[in-house]
Amino acid sequence: MYRAYYRPKSVAEALALLQEGGGRARVLAGGTDLMLQLKKGELSCDAVVDISGVKDLRYIREEGGRLYIGALSTHTDLAESALLEKEAPLLAAAARSVGSLQIRNVGTVGGNVVNAQPAADTAVPLMALKAVATIVSPAGVRQVFLDDLYRPEGGVKLDPTCELLTEFSFVSPRAAGAGAAFGRVARRRALALPVFNTAVLLVPGAGRAFLTEARIVMGPVARLPLRARQGERVLLEQGAGEEIFLQAAAAASLEAAPRDSVFRGSARYRKKLARVIVYRTLLQAWENACSRVD
Amino acid sequence: MKKQLTFVLNGKKISVEAEADTLLLDLLRETLGLTGTKRGCGEGECGACTVLVNGETVNSCIYPAWKAEHSELLTVEGLGDRENPHPLQEAFLEQGAVQCGFCTPGMLVSAYGLLQKTPTPGTEEIKSALAGNLCRCTGYKKIIAAVKAASLKISQP
Repeated sequence: MYRAYYRPKSVAEALALLQEGGGRARVLAGGTDLMLQLKKGELSCDAVVDISGVKDLRYIREEGGRLYIGALSTHTDLAESALLEKEAPLLAAAARSVGSLQIRNVGTVGGNVVNAQPAADTAVPLMALKAVATIVSPAGVRQVFLDDLYRPEGGVKLDPTCELLTEFSFVSPRAAGAGAAFGRVARRRALALPVFNTAVLLVPGAGRAFLTEARIVMGPVARLPLRARQGERVLLEQGAGEEIFLQAAAAASLEAAPRDSVFRGSARYRKKLARVIVYRTLLQAWENACSRVD
Repeated sequence: MKKQLTFVLNGKKISVEAEADTLLLDLLRETLGLTGTKRGCGEGECGACTVLVNGETVNSCIYPAWKAEHSELLTVEGLGDRENPHPLQEAFLEQGAVQCGFCTPGMLVSAYGLLQKTPTPGTEEIKSALAGNLCRCTGYKKIIAAVKAASLKISQP
């Protein structure tokens, strides 16, 4: 499959090895996607740079109301994090829904985003939470909103042959007094890709009379995790409430552009599903926002 | 590119040569002759190839052998043998949790990983821990019963 395997101990060493590879070396973290792609011949490379031994890229911490998640944190790390369960339980729930325990133990949150599957369960809540990704390349460090990380045609604006995603950070919805939730439908309760998933963020204004921020992200209904901007507009203009959530969910489902899929169901079914699940998820998020002790 | 890999396998420190792109499953089965670990789907779906790396279950069919360097590995051979079976192995036999047997090594390793962390798991915890191990014969009921029986055997000998 490949001729060389490196296990750098630092980000600098990893970048140097990638540069040496001259575009024929690829980053491997958990490898749960990459190894499959290499085995099947969907991708090829001469060298693998396994970054799982890089120190200090595996952490989940909070500082001043902001959460910082090292890109090498595994799905199990996220699923079992007491801090995440308290500050942003939707992300822990999303991580729990990924694959099997064997996959969650190895697959990383950085890889889940970089591999850019439109239904990536952790990417959908991270985008809803307005997460910023830190990307390190030979040219320096840059920070990119997840919104801006995806290419419209699919994939991320990151070159796995010379760059590394090192961290995600976002404002803790708990600290911001916001409500957030994750919704998902799959063919089974375990070991099944999502037929539809969504994450929403609602930031109430004074007296909860209006919303200062509303975000709805859906997958897999486009080539990337999709912001439902019309649905969000309904919420920003009208506020919160069951009737408004119904309208917002209907608008969101019009924006969803799923394909007919043998595995995931017909496009028509999934658009209907989008309306129901976005509605329920908005209700859940609002309940979470209102249950906070002010 | 070849390398001499050192790790602890089933409690013994060993050193073995492997090519850069060798998968852990192939190293165990082909190079080391430990054929208890099975090759099922080869895509990280079925769990027949499950082994423990530093106490965590992984699918060895998509796990690079070099990634396991300096780790502690446990395969089904490390649980017990005919003369000294592990309580899990005994319980699988007593409960009839084995039919064709192909998924059994992976089931045992996943169950062992669970019991190391949760000595007396409930049904949902067992189901969750074994969700990545597919069995096409038994319907899982007896497997779950066996894990429960083993956990009782270990916690209340």
